[in-house]
Amino acid sequence: MRKLSRLSRFNIAALTLGLAFLYLPILILVIYSFNASRLVTVWGGWSLRWYHEFFNDRAMIEAAWMSLRVAVSSATIATLLGTLAAVALSRGERFRGRTLFSGMLYAPLVMPEVITGLSLLLLFVALNAERGFWTVTIAHTTLTMCFVAVVVQSRLGSLDRSLEEAAMDLGCDPVRAFLSVTLPLIAPAIVAGWMLAFTLSLDDLVIASFTTGPGSATLPIRIYSEVRLGVKPEINAICTLVIALIAGVIVIASLASKLSSSQGESAAPL
Amino acid sequence: MTDVLPKTHAATGAADGDPAAAGQPLLRIEGVAKTFGTFRAVDGVSLDIKAGEFFALLGPSGCGKTTLLRMLAGFEAPDEGRILLGGKDIASTMPHERPINMMFQNYALFPHLSVRDNIAFGLKRAGMARADIATRVAEMVALVKLDGLEKRKPDQLSGGQRQRVALARALARRPQLLLLDEPLAALDKKLRESTQAELMELQRRLGMTFIIVTHDQEEAMTMASRIGVMKSGKLAQVASPRELYEGPRSRWIAEFVGDVNVFDGEFKLRDGHRLVIATREAGTLVTAEPREPVGETRLSVAIRPEKVKLSRRAPVSEAGRETAINSLDGVIADICYLGGTTTYRVKLDTGGTVQASVVNSARLDVDAYSVNQNVVAWFTPDDCVVLQS
Amino acid sequence: MSSRRIFARPARFAAITPYVWMVLFFLVPFAFVLKISLSQTAIAQPPYDPVFDLTAGWETLKTALAALSIDNFRLLISDDIYVFAYVRSLTVAVTATALLLLIGYPIAYGMARLPKSWQAVAMVLVIVPFWTSFLIRIYAWINILQHDGLLNQILLTLHLVSQPVVWLSTDSAMYIGIVYSYLPFMILPLYATLAKMEPALEEAAGDLGAPPWQVFWLVTFPLSLPGVGAGVLLCFIPIVGEFVIPDLLAGSNSLMIGQTLWLEFFTNKDWPVASAAAIVLLVVLLAPLLLYERLQKRQLEQGR
Repeated sequence: MRKLSRLSRFNIAALTLGLAFLYLPILILVIYSFNASRLVTVWGGWSLRWYHEFFNDRAMIEAAWMSLRVAVSSATIATLLGTLAAVALSRGERFRGRTLFSGMLYAPLVMPEVITGLSLLLLFVALNAERGFWTVTIAHTTLTMCFVAVVVQSRLGSLDRSLEEAAMDLGCDPVRAFLSVTLPLIAPAIVAGWMLAFTLSLDDLVIASFTTGPGSATLPIRIYSEVRLGVKPEINAICTLVIALIAGVIVIASLASKLSSSQGESAAPL
Repeated sequence: MTDVLPKTHAATGAADGDPAAAGQPLLRIEGVAKTFGTFRAVDGVSLDIKAGEFFALLGPSGCGKTTLLRMLAGFEAPDEGRILLGGKDIASTMPHERPINMMFQNYALFPHLSVRDNIAFGLKRAGMARADIATRVAEMVALVKLDGLEKRKPDQLSGGQRQRVALARALARRPQLLLLDEPLAALDKKLRESTQAELMELQRRLGMTFIIVTHDQEEAMTMASRIGVMKSGKLAQVASPRELYEGPRSRWIAEFVGDVNVFDGEFKLRDGHRLVIATREAGTLVTAEPREPVGETRLSVAIRPEKVKLSRRAPVSEAGRETAINSLDGVIADICYLGGTTTYRVKLDTGGTVQASVVNSARLDVDAYSVNQNVVAWFTPDDCVVLQS
Repeated sequence: MSSRRIFARPARFAAITPYVWMVLFFLVPFAFVLKISLSQTAIAQPPYDPVFDLTAGWETLKTALAALSIDNFRLLISDDIYVFAYVRSLTVAVTATALLLLIGYPIAYGMARLPKSWQAVAMVLVIVPFWTSFLIRIYAWINILQHDGLLNQILLTLHLVSQPVVWLSTDSAMYIGIVYSYLPFMILPLYATLAKMEPALEEAAGDLGAPPWQVFWLVTFPLSLPGVGAGVLLCFIPIVGEFVIPDLLAGSNSLMIGQTLWLEFFTNKDWPVASAAAIVLLVVLLAPLLLYERLQKRQLEQGR
């Protein structure tokens, strides 16, 4: 019975196996991206051949560039809108249409992507919008701002409300109190929200397939059409690069948030 | 340097128009009420507070004292009544425009700002010049003895240090009125006692008006010059600590503020300045005529334990019998040794029990009583408080 | 409370832009899906007969409304392909969610039992794969599961099988893919409730004479039900409409509804039928969606 409070052997086994299950496939993929051999079965020694191949693949590079642009712009817009939505939901008390608003924000989190993608495409067609960069960006913004809103809202909810009251007591009007006290305190959540939006956008295949137009494929669309034809080491290389990019973003962002929190009073936007 | 703090509010820059000098209270609360849903949190409170007072709002949790304080700070708007500060109605003034500052219960220190920036926060809002802010912050840091910690963040401070930062931050703007919401609740007992003394000293030196909210009657009695006891949204009594303790207006107050023996009974007769009251549990008791006239109906007699004397037998002299006119026979039921005092619970022959608190004035307990010993518990008519039942 | 009211007005102001955005790009599009699901297929660009033209005024609108047809929905019900697809989607989602719960619970439980400082690390470790691309993770499994992939090589070397097993284009591959992709969504809500649980509760149950399995079954599990609910919904709903995983890992002889929808849309260019399929999918998911929304709301808006 004593054992309950401690970590049992079963717990350790579950954790180890679980984490191995999560990481091994990715690790294998990364390793094989450096395989000199074309065959996945045969280890032909270390090589950067497939990276070279990727950088000479114009279509892939173009798709990657498109994906990157969409990810950065949609994540930025989504962070702005999602933060506003989170503030409205956690500080706005009751307002007309609040239930509808929160409903619209939470639903896309689990809504099957085929539905979201299809509905947005039909809207764009009806509006006669030219499909490409902007339609994908709008579609991704719509999806990812909901994730940003949830991340920021949960941070806002855990924030001590008396901090805002103290700021008002010390002479801030509500907007000022928000900007000088609340905003710096939720900044890490906003950064995390941006990163989440960025990676979700970079990752999305289904919604992008629906909302993009001919000639402006995103990286996942390209990868998908290649993967359907079978394993190609070049894809391993691209995937490794994407993983490296996302890992880089995470590391930079966490370093930045650490730096800003350890910085002294100069960091305070007063 | 700290002694020359002017008493006016930095932001309003109001002239030193000491309202007390004009015979007008600094703060006047008139019939203020606040309802949350169907719960009447504050129910028609009227109160005057003079400049320079240290006033305590005392009451159990949920009595409405914090809501009243928050209305003064501006975080709640009263549904009824007026709040006048220096003669001006501030009910519709936003919190940030009031010359009132508050020290929050959990301190509400900004975790992303250093000690110095926390203290300077309100000053920057008031548009103070940079150099003046630096001087004022240095003053406040010295005042609350935080020297050397200016660059720390709140999470690098001890509980006591945080409490000081919160105090310095609230004082920095030199508010006309400082509100303190359970300021010592988060400190341990020893630290709380020394901080109480410091707060009193500070308030005297700055000549500021403090309103403190607390549920701890000892804390209120120690620090405040006047106490308002709140119950169910109403002010039950406003009095000095001594008046409150020695002359509680109701049984509830008597029991809330310290320990008390209460005997319910009925008015029998009036004999000059004495009342004779027949109680069920302690027989017939003689009390002094209460200051406020009471009806000749059901009455209660309250007597504080330390005013109940114990002896082995009833006094025999004429004078002794006169002072011990209320003398009750009983046996010691149990004994509670508290160090400085010992509390004896005496089971009375008339059926009730009475508590007597005896100072342990000698180290060796030659005079102590033991359980089951027969004793006489007695008290003078003047020590009795007559309460309307 | 009124300090909240002081904040409420500017906060509500903040709602305007995201509100308009969501109405325009989330709510209104559903109207279009509904509208097109009721129109006729046409070989045109876009490939459907416009049901009504807003510029043509109310009179034509009336005639257009009369021309609306539920033929597409009738097709969905009468054609076995669609019925099977819905049934298969639900079966796959139920099975996969059950698997996820079985696998995710011990991991979440193990995480919650770790020392506090390790918990944060474990949490990051579970989240990080979620940050790497979804498609990439599926692709990683194709690498492993293909005919001469790593799994078969290992099995052959260990002499567990005498010849390569066909993994790709099977339901097992699809379930592996789904479990792999959705595992963090199951673990995190479970972990959140388990970590919040007072350890003294389990100790008290043990102290009162319950053997470990009873402690788990009578105390731990019932208390973790909110997390179980959240995890199940978070996985079940999107799996029902899943497209990529069954498309890449499962065989093509029985399709899930997400695949049929995709096929109708991209291959058959039958937008009205695809729209009708989406509407039906939405209706099927309405109850779990509403349940999920209530959970989210309760979780995010506690203490107000």
